[in-house]
Amino acid sequence: MTRYQTPSFLPATRLVAEREIRMKLRSRSFLISTGILMLLVLGSVIVAGFTGANPSLTKVAAVGTAVAVAEESGVLDVTEVGTADEAKALVEDETADAAIVPDSASETGFTVIGLDAAPGDVISALSITPAVELLDPASTDAFLAYIVSIGFGLVFFMAAITFGQTIAQSVVEEKQTRVVEILMTAVPVRVLLAGKIAGNSLLAFGQILAIAIVAGVGMLATGQDLLLADIGPSIIWFVVFFAFGFIMLAALFSATASLVSRQEDLASAISPVTTLVMAPYILIILFNTNDLIVGIMSYVPFSAPVGMPMRVFLGTAEWWEPWLSLGVLLAFTAAIVAVGARVYENGLLRMGAKVKLLDALKRS
Amino acid sequence: MLELQNINRSFGDRHVLKDVSFTVEGGRMTGFVGGNGAGKTTTMRVILGVLAPDTGTVTLDGSPVTSADRTAFGYMPEERGLYPKMKVGEQIAYLGRLHGMPAAVATSRADELLDRLGLGERLGDTVESLSLGNQQRAQIAAALVHDPDVLVLDEPFSGLDPIAVETVLTVLKDFAAKGAPVLFSSHQLDIVERLCDDLVVIADGAIRARGSREQLRAEHTLPRYEIQLDGDAGWLRTEAGVTVLEFDGGYALFDVDDAQTAQRVLSRAIATSSVEKFAPRVPSLAQIFREVIR
Repeated sequence: MTRYQTPSFLPATRLVAEREIRMKLRSRSFLISTGILMLLVLGSVIVAGFTGANPSLTKVAAVGTAVAVAEESGVLDVTEVGTADEAKALVEDETADAAIVPDSASETGFTVIGLDAAPGDVISALSITPAVELLDPASTDAFLAYIVSIGFGLVFFMAAITFGQTIAQSVVEEKQTRVVEILMTAVPVRVLLAGKIAGNSLLAFGQILAIAIVAGVGMLATGQDLLLADIGPSIIWFVVFFAFGFIMLAALFSATASLVSRQEDLASAISPVTTLVMAPYILIILFNTNDLIVGIMSYVPFSAPVGMPMRVFLGTAEWWEPWLSLGVLLAFTAAIVAVGARVYENGLLRMGAKVKLLDALKRS
Repeated sequence: MLELQNINRSFGDRHVLKDVSFTVEGGRMTGFVGGNGAGKTTTMRVILGVLAPDTGTVTLDGSPVTSADRTAFGYMPEERGLYPKMKVGEQIAYLGRLHGMPAAVATSRADELLDRLGLGERLGDTVESLSLGNQQRAQIAAALVHDPDVLVLDEPFSGLDPIAVETVLTVLKDFAAKGAPVLFSSHQLDIVERLCDDLVVIADGAIRARGSREQLRAEHTLPRYEIQLDGDAGWLRTEAGVTVLEFDGGYALFDVDDAQTAQRVLSRAIATSSVEKFAPRVPSLAQIFREVIR
């Protein structure tokens, strides 16, 4: 009778990881949701490209000598008309945003005619402005910062929840169907855990990487090179932080899932972890301009994958800060994986009621 | 040879296994019978290392079973479990690969085994789409795919129709014939009676009887005989050393004090009338079972 050599840790882990990936890639809902996510990212990049590349000029109607002045400003789309009345008519039917007519009574020699409010952009285009010096200029505009923070927060949140739940369900599926008893006679429990974490982390990482590439290529293709140069480094940091951050989350998800025996009990068991995942998403949206809170977030391991890239983007992080934060994250991940493995080993064979976390930690 | 020595295990203050000792010989099918909650599944889990005993040892060919040894065990847990959404063939091959079989070998072995178990047509179907009986067959394939050194099956026949029982029986007998120890539990005593070479009876966490089927049967066979005569058998009542238990004209069920008395009775019966039947009353496994667990 042939006695097969049990595979050692790495090949066995690879087998388990391969199965996790293969089963996930076979799931139609996963493929469809990934496709939709990609399209959303690509779509928003393209829309941003069009609105950014062709800012619509303010339309004005100008009469006589006003035409040359209006054109000189360079930011107005000028339509030349014969009389002031014609110009007013264009403003009234909203073909033009404002009219500029010569007016000898005015100090400047012109009158700007608006419809229901003073047309600020036309006025400022025609005004002489004093030199402005900012002592502490904001490096990026607030709206863009807001969009980017939502982007990081949302992508992190979605990927972490999707794959965190996948890993948790897969742990409970094995427990619930008792296939785990057969698996345990074949390979050590640590192999099962490592394979699950590796498989799902690879999937999550692949998805994030694909999103980063789609966003990057989309920006290049739509001529937003400047924005890409601005946002590129933070995207790279995001991908790096996500990779390790997800390993930590995967260990947390699998350990907590191993405490229950039925899918029905799963949601309540993993809700503390889900909250941890949701926190950075909500915090970054609420406080993306608050340097103190984003600063704290960028060092707390659970929120660092969102907080630190955000600070890199805002330019508020020194060059060494992402590295330090990454170090903290790595140390924390190692600790969580060690504790998670212990809980997982102890929780796996306890069927029935939910195992108390303390019990799972105690007995080895 | 797989041997259990003085296994004890408690869950809280419930003493579930009490000094459980028995052996499972190589090349023989050992039936493991006991009522619900008698400790069969716990014992099997201890053998598989899924559960640690409080005291006692499990040895294989004389040396304590290591986790490396256990990877060469085949196990069918009481509560069946396979991945519901995975294809049958793929799944059995995957389990084979986890046991270290090369991919191609695992696949061909899985296909061959499933084919022998009558699932040849269903290799590409997901487990959840199979009927319970067919899932059971797949489960048996999962226990056998890596040519285990030791096979432990918890209730392998429950839920199978008579034809499936025959199929599984053949596969298991072929397997045991290769020399591996096979331990299986069952509630269906008639199947155990046909299939097993050795028998272990457990009740309330303690082993009540163990040994070969013949040996147990001999131990529990009383010197009891049945006789059916053409004529009246009333003379039996006065025969020395005979205790008549049932009597009905030509029929009698009786105990004797020794084998010679039985022979004497037979000689006299032949001399007085024609004998239609004379046989020792052999107890069925169910009867022995009831007797030992009492």
